[in-house]
Amino acid sequence: MAIERIGKDTLRLSAPVFVEGGGTSAGKKEGEGPLGAYFDAVHPDGRLGQKSWEQAECLLQREAVSFALEKAHLTPEKLQCALAGDLTNQCVCSAFAMREMGVPYLGQYGACSTMAQSLGLASLLVGAGAAAHALAVSSSHFCTAERQYRTPLEYGGQRTPTAQWTATGAGALVLGTTPSPVGVRDVLFGRIVDLGVKDQSNMGAAMAPAAAATFCRYFADTGLSPAQFDGILTGDLGAVGLQLLHTLLRREGFSDLPNLFDCGLLLFDRTRQDVHAGGSGCGCSALVMASFVLQKLQAGIFKDVLFLGTGALLSPVSSQQGASIPGIAHLVRLSHLS
Amino acid sequence: MAISKEAYAALCKEAVPKSPLWKDCVWAFLVGGAICTLGQALIRGYTALLGDEQAARTWGSITLIALSALLTALGLYDRLAKHAGAGTLVPITGFANAVAAPAMEFHTEGLVLGLGAKLFTIAGPVLVYGTAASVLYGLLLCAAQALAKGG
Repeated sequence: MAIERIGKDTLRLSAPVFVEGGGTSAGKKEGEGPLGAYFDAVHPDGRLGQKSWEQAECLLQREAVSFALEKAHLTPEKLQCALAGDLTNQCVCSAFAMREMGVPYLGQYGACSTMAQSLGLASLLVGAGAAAHALAVSSSHFCTAERQYRTPLEYGGQRTPTAQWTATGAGALVLGTTPSPVGVRDVLFGRIVDLGVKDQSNMGAAMAPAAAATFCRYFADTGLSPAQFDGILTGDLGAVGLQLLHTLLRREGFSDLPNLFDCGLLLFDRTRQDVHAGGSGCGCSALVMASFVLQKLQAGIFKDVLFLGTGALLSPVSSQQGASIPGIAHLVRLSHLS
Repeated sequence: MAISKEAYAALCKEAVPKSPLWKDCVWAFLVGGAICTLGQALIRGYTALLGDEQAARTWGSITLIALSALLTALGLYDRLAKHAGAGTLVPITGFANAVAAPAMEFHTEGLVLGLGAKLFTIAGPVLVYGTAASVLYGLLLCAAQALAKGG
């Protein structure tokens, strides 16, 4: 059996599924951030010369995919499955980006956890022998998200200190059976946790309990220790959510976690980039994982990394109706294979 | 994970950074005050020019609205509002921004279902409840006057 269930929820790939290539395409602000040098493309114009923000986001996804395929030395025809997601209603940016690819396509939605969800599923498809090469991609765009979830761009409003900044960019990973230096070893799909947070400007607080639940479940299932990982990367809790995660984990007996990072805090420099609590959006962790983290893993600088993608599963309607925000966190373990 | 909603709400309250209230108030006071001072200067200027204070007031409002729409179009109004908060929201310029911003944003969905339908997404509630409040005040005034006459 190529996939084995360990403990309650952890799925272990008995033979690693290889990450054959990763590609990223980012916006200007993301390019100016600490990880700017790791991206394959940075666009100074957020519209990317397109007629709408949605079309611009599609283009970001298409570019990320072509970079990933190029690095994996594959053509689109070799892909046997594409899993893509974003934040727009009905995931149109993903569907529109994939329509010319001619690859079996499954749209994904997991809010900011979409990249972890797609990556986990794609790994399982390859691990189960259902695909020789599978694609996981996700994107977000500050401007498509703002107009859908909040207010028009030019509206003069004030953001709260807990608000996060939706990243503009896309990240793509090609998973497959061709031996490569990086592989996926474990996947854990989280359960929804809702501790009653209703403030949609504080999504980090809504997602932190789900992140803590998945974190605890993984270490209980596997018997591993957090200290053996170079990095445990949440995506994207922001400063408030990460602090809350530390607090929740301390209560569960995980007191010293210097290797716990957040993609939303890695992508931007909060002191100079005015992003309040940090970055968010499907594209945020996708950009960080498919560039910086993947390159460090490929080089063997990172040996073992846990990607803990977190999502706030709300909509503007549910928020207006006063409903609390369900949180989710999916985990994927990526290792340097020597 | 054993934590109650109440206990977690308490943790969240501790973790959430507070908005800088005093700084926000000073910004709002200064920028809001500056906009109102500009309005007053405009009214005086128009009065001197037109010799009619009633018309000058209207022209003063129109100028502020036009300025606000222009700054919105240039992408400057929201940058100022980020710091000024209520200072740019409360004066008539805030209302103009709330109409101009969706007009710019939603024109990609067409002139009718985009711009036309979404123009008042932010300003709409102000119009609805502003009008409703004025009707209510009118009725109360009528009732008070009728009572005063009757008495």
